[in-house]
Amino acid sequence: MRDRRHPAYWGFVLHRVSGIGLALFLPLHFWALGHAIQGEAALEGFLRFTDNWAFKTGEWGLVTLLALHLAGGLRVLALEFLGWRARQKDLVALSAGFALGAGLMFLLHAG
Amino acid sequence: MAQLKVRIQRSDGIAEYAVAARENQTVLDVVTEIQREQQPDLAYRFACRVGMCGSCAMEVNGVARWTCRTHVRKVAEDGTLTLRPLANLPVIRDLATDMKPFFDKWARARGQFQPKDAPNGAVPVEFAVVPPSSPKRQEADAGIECIGCGVCYASCDVVSWNPDYLGPAALNRAWTLVNDVRDGGRRERLDAVAGDAGCHSCHSTQGCTERCPKNLDPSSAIAGLKRSIFWGVLAP
Repeated sequence: MRDRRHPAYWGFVLHRVSGIGLALFLPLHFWALGHAIQGEAALEGFLRFTDNWAFKTGEWGLVTLLALHLAGGLRVLALEFLGWRARQKDLVALSAGFALGAGLMFLLHAG
Repeated sequence: MAQLKVRIQRSDGIAEYAVAARENQTVLDVVTEIQREQQPDLAYRFACRVGMCGSCAMEVNGVARWTCRTHVRKVAEDGTLTLRPLANLPVIRDLATDMKPFFDKWARARGQFQPKDAPNGAVPVEFAVVPPSSPKRQEADAGIECIGCGVCYASCDVVSWNPDYLGPAALNRAWTLVNDVRDGGRRERLDAVAGDAGCHSCHSTQGCTERCPKNLDPSSAIAGLKRSIFWGVLAP
């Protein structure tokens, strides 16, 4: 039972979970794109099938995960290459803020 | 007098004790009272009692700490203390852990100072003049106060996932020596910490920096090693 309440730990967990989430989505992504091989109509039909609130919500989650993973990765690069010290909480907050911002932007354009 | 409930992870399971809750008492005071008054065969370790030796480190309510510098009233939850031996280390008995793997890793990370002008370990003829304000020395000084208590090692998730991982203290020591301009073992040291169980395994969860009782920043030291190795590969 180690203490895991500090922001840098949560930064790590969010980066890892978002990465796993995206990796799990990737096969679905290729499967969806694969419809194009069967012709334009197949892809178009699939896209129309996904044009509803449930898929849009999923897409929002996906965009947020992507932004979270990108920001988390930039955070790791920054702390390893810039050698920042004592600003770790700010870096985590910045990454989380970027991801939330990206999620909100998507919501504003959805629909 | 109010009572303090103390649960101790002993080698044969959890044992419960009650001791008087005093206004001023450290966790080490409590363990000593239990050992002297109630459980003479309780094994634990301490020496200086004033935060200099680091030997009394244990897990107090889930967090690795120096028990001699931890006031009970600051950490007790509902009048209860739960004490366990340091995580990630073999237990000798009760609260006493075997520090051998921890110090073996210091050796594996080449934690010994290797004088540049006296490779055999002989005392150099001339004193080295190192300005304390030079950036390299300041980087070395940042981590030099480590006393090897093992709190960072016990708080490190990567050690618990990969028992071969060198751990924050050994890597902090390596980074201190990498920045020591009098040291001649830089290349071998960077090679020693660049392996599979070396600095690149660190996920920057920063439990070490969060928990170091001396407020050192091993996480930053590990990042420094990663950086040095990276640039060393690109521009040897």
